[in-house]
Amino acid sequence: MNGVHDMGGMDGFGRVEPEPNEPTFHAEWEARVMALMRAMGAAGAWNIDMSRASRENLRPDVYLSSSYYRKWELGMEDMLIERGLVTREELAAGRALVPGKPLPRKLTPETIDRVLTRGSFSRPAPRPARFAIGDRVRAKNIHPPTHTRLPRYVRGHAGIVELIHGCHVFPDSAALGQGDNPQWLYTVRFDAADLWGEGADPTVKISIDAFEPYLEPA
Amino acid sequence: MQARVRALETILTEKGYVDPAALDLIIDAYETKIGPRNGARVVAKAWTDPEFKKRLLANATEAVGSLGYVSRVGDHLVAVENTPRRHNMVVCTLCSCYPWEVLGLPPVWYKSAPYRSRAVKDPRGVLADFGVTLPPETEIRVWDSTAETRYIVLPMRPAGTEGWSEERLAALVTRDSMIGTGFPKQPGDLIS
Repeated sequence: MNGVHDMGGMDGFGRVEPEPNEPTFHAEWEARVMALMRAMGAAGAWNIDMSRASRENLRPDVYLSSSYYRKWELGMEDMLIERGLVTREELAAGRALVPGKPLPRKLTPETIDRVLTRGSFSRPAPRPARFAIGDRVRAKNIHPPTHTRLPRYVRGHAGIVELIHGCHVFPDSAALGQGDNPQWLYTVRFDAADLWGEGADPTVKISIDAFEPYLEPA
Repeated sequence: MQARVRALETILTEKGYVDPAALDLIIDAYETKIGPRNGARVVAKAWTDPEFKKRLLANATEAVGSLGYVSRVGDHLVAVENTPRRHNMVVCTLCSCYPWEVLGLPPVWYKSAPYRSRAVKDPRGVLADFGVTLPPETEIRVWDSTAETRYIVLPMRPAGTEGWSEERLAALVTRDSMIGTGFPKQPGDLIS
């Protein structure tokens, strides 16, 4: 979706402000939100693409004015309600009012390795790769209204295939609960001048990791 | 937010979805075990062991996994090497993708709108915000982490560190140098 989360190339956000000696968390609740999100994901309540989509679906003004973990918390509440895992009444009451629904798993102290190590997103290839390293490709000019990992700033622009990562879970499908739908994944490199036009820094190159359905021959 | 999150955790616990003891362990792991010191050891190893460096650049997941002393690494880690001619920088313009296993949780600035918006359009300007200046002819390569691949920068080894042990070298490796928004410390920066 063409949301405010797709920030590459936007102007006006100001300077980057590094924080010296930044703590891991700035409040206790941030840590709990992080852990709750990981635990519910490990329990099988949602996948990583669904959780990204839940934040992208926040209202733009809420997205831009909320801290990182507040976005996580708001997105998590939305996902819990959508799936019937928690009711609005329960959120208002601050306690469970009806029994929980069954989930595929439950994360326990014995199984936390599940969340401390990332799983593999590689899948067997259903067909040969369409592109080879060195091929010139164009990012399609597409605007799916649902979750996608093709950023706006490359759409319609041509670049070079630099790496091939094999076949991976396709986020656009997984976010909708439509299964892995594995697709070839490429690193595609663009010249800054192709993306940003005349006056762009000639020493700058930018790459994205692009799934095959995002690309066409150029 | 504290009260809201406490209520949410209560509900999810009462409904049997989460075990608070498991949550405590996840938080403890990110606060005490999983952080940029892991990545620093990988970099120091690559600086001292050419064979390891070759393997790291060919397949970082496998190379880092083989070390054992770093927490196990998930799939799809890619190491990119800085050279006198080329500087690498990592961003996630769409959200906050970051190599958690080797660098820990990302800092706030990495997840912020200023970094995500400008890193791909004005990387030299972003580097200036960090007080970093590169020669004008240095190529800058920005890696936007738009899939489940994760990137770690292998910075250049500082001069004057010949014969140093891996452990001493690791102390020079900063988190930002592995994201590409900083350089390693110089030998003189270390407080002995």
